[in-house]
Amino acid sequence: MTATALERAERRKAWAFALPGLLWTALFFLVPFAYMVAISFWTRQGREIVATWTLDNYVAFFQKAHFFKGLVVSLEITATVTVISVLLAYPLAWIIAERVPKKWQRFALVMAILPFWTSYVVRSYSWLLVLSKGGVVNQTLLSIGIIAEPLELSANRTGTVIGFVHFFVMLLTLTIYANLIQLSPNYRRAAADLGANAFQTFWHVVLPLTLPGIMVGAFLTFVLCIGDYITPQILGGNNELVLPQVIMLQLGRRADFPMAAALSLVLMAVVTLAYIACARWLKMERT
Amino acid sequence: MTKTVSGGFARRMLLATAAAATLVPAGAMAQDELNALVWCDHTDPALVEPFEKANNVKVNLKEYEGTGAAISIIEQSRPGDWDVLVIDAVDVPRAIDMDILGEMPADKLPLGDLFPEVRMDETTTRDGKVYAVTEKFGYNTISYDKTKVDPADMEDLTVMWSDKYKGRIALYDYYLPMVGLTGVAIGKKTADLTQDDLPAIKEKLFEMKKVSRQVSDVVASQTALATGEVDIVAGGGEWLTAGLSAEKPNLDWTIPKQGALRWAQSIGVFKNSEKQDLALKFVQYIVSPEGQARLATSSCYWAMPANAKAGEHLTDQQKTALRWDKQPEYLKNSQLYPVADADMDAAMQDIWTEMLQQ
Repeated sequence: MTATALERAERRKAWAFALPGLLWTALFFLVPFAYMVAISFWTRQGREIVATWTLDNYVAFFQKAHFFKGLVVSLEITATVTVISVLLAYPLAWIIAERVPKKWQRFALVMAILPFWTSYVVRSYSWLLVLSKGGVVNQTLLSIGIIAEPLELSANRTGTVIGFVHFFVMLLTLTIYANLIQLSPNYRRAAADLGANAFQTFWHVVLPLTLPGIMVGAFLTFVLCIGDYITPQILGGNNELVLPQVIMLQLGRRADFPMAAALSLVLMAVVTLAYIACARWLKMERT
Repeated sequence: MTKTVSGGFARRMLLATAAAATLVPAGAMAQDELNALVWCDHTDPALVEPFEKANNVKVNLKEYEGTGAAISIIEQSRPGDWDVLVIDAVDVPRAIDMDILGEMPADKLPLGDLFPEVRMDETTTRDGKVYAVTEKFGYNTISYDKTKVDPADMEDLTVMWSDKYKGRIALYDYYLPMVGLTGVAIGKKTADLTQDDLPAIKEKLFEMKKVSRQVSDVVASQTALATGEVDIVAGGGEWLTAGLSAEKPNLDWTIPKQGALRWAQSIGVFKNSEKQDLALKFVQYIVSPEGQARLATSSCYWAMPANAKAGEHLTDQQKTALRWDKQPEYLKNSQLYPVADADMDAAMQDIWTEMLQQ
């Protein structure tokens, strides 16, 4: 067999392996996605969905303040949650990777992922019992006389952020930990040999080398946080709507599929932009 | 050497199984199934199990919240997927327009036993044909903890935007009754509401949001009131407090001087159901006095049964919690949900969403 024939045979084999995956993706992602894009240009007129091509839904998104504010609120909450989660997760991951003895690390990780074993909704309601006016936190602070009036920790953005942070700190801890334990101790030894102190070693060597772990975790946090509506619904007291809640209102109350599709595409565009920014920053496109 | 099962053997086994199946008594045969699209009160086993046992049928219940959600589910289903529909009474004409409800024989329903005010023939029938029957009703009004607020204050709907209880009020998260109730509070009749009234209502809704602690669905409102998170639920009624009357006697509700909104839910049979008889039987069970008493005191929420004869099956405690004796007075002082065309409906939803974003 000639080299070209071999190459052709290899290529055929590669296609044969890739084809089921490609078909699966086409069937369950591309086709529904294309349908959603099409619907987003239709409109709901009265009780009917009319398949006339128009930009009305996208115009409404920018014209109606309560739609656009949904995106702004989503971005504000997501940015806050991501930053706080990174700041909390990094030291936690570092302690597990560097300070916890090897034989206890697995246990520490299991403890870190323990909250994932409980339903997301149950966790949010549990946080409500902790943060509400009559919750554990307020009752404790009131009983020891630190505060005279209950703190407003739930039914507002604070509650939403606390609930989200609890969830995503664990996720970020895992991605950062995975990065930290892969780091060869030789880097730190080399830095020390060159006269760097502990902080300089961390700042100039360890941190840059663990940035991919941070960015991957931060991106996952961003995607999951911006697409969630359960925590804002339960812990936010419905006092400000995030974009996924606005989308749910279009579906659940108005059966306005075109508007919901348009809003979903806006959300998807934001996530895509975040991915592009993340990938460019990590120079992932060069690998 | 591997032995394969021959086609002949497989066929013989299949025939033997089929023959054995024919010898099984009818009672042990696969149950018939009924698919119902319902509100959460119908998912109480205490309500559904007696029907299932009596008819050897399995009732598959899918719960939804809001007519929009029901319509979404129906639009995504195939004709015949659903047999029974529970729907907001004011939305029955919408379902009739969609041509999804089948006609039910009036003489096989206890229409004469329903409280006349909630029979609502103008929405549940068309051209003399019955498409749905009212099964339960109640009030969107004011619920409160009588140990923490002055009950006299609760007799005035304007408490919903009064600073006196700032941060202690939850608003019920359903635009239709809340827009209607706000309209009632400022002296508008729900039946006469037009888009011209919405700016004034919007202003009051925004004021309500400023003094409220949260905007909650049924479960969250009930939890907030029961745990003391809030002391008042604007838009709440017996459906929030009656079910808790035994454990939480401090919770109460009232119909203020301006009045309240009356909600009603209806039940009907899907036009394309392949089990029309069984579906009708289910409807008959739900609107029978026994079914009505169970539905009225369902674990999800309590509310008044539409069938006046259900009282014979309720205990005194249950009747007291439902304010059975006060119904004539309450019915007189309550108005139905606003019935809006598509534009008005969209406008009401817009101001509600705007209010949430304040």
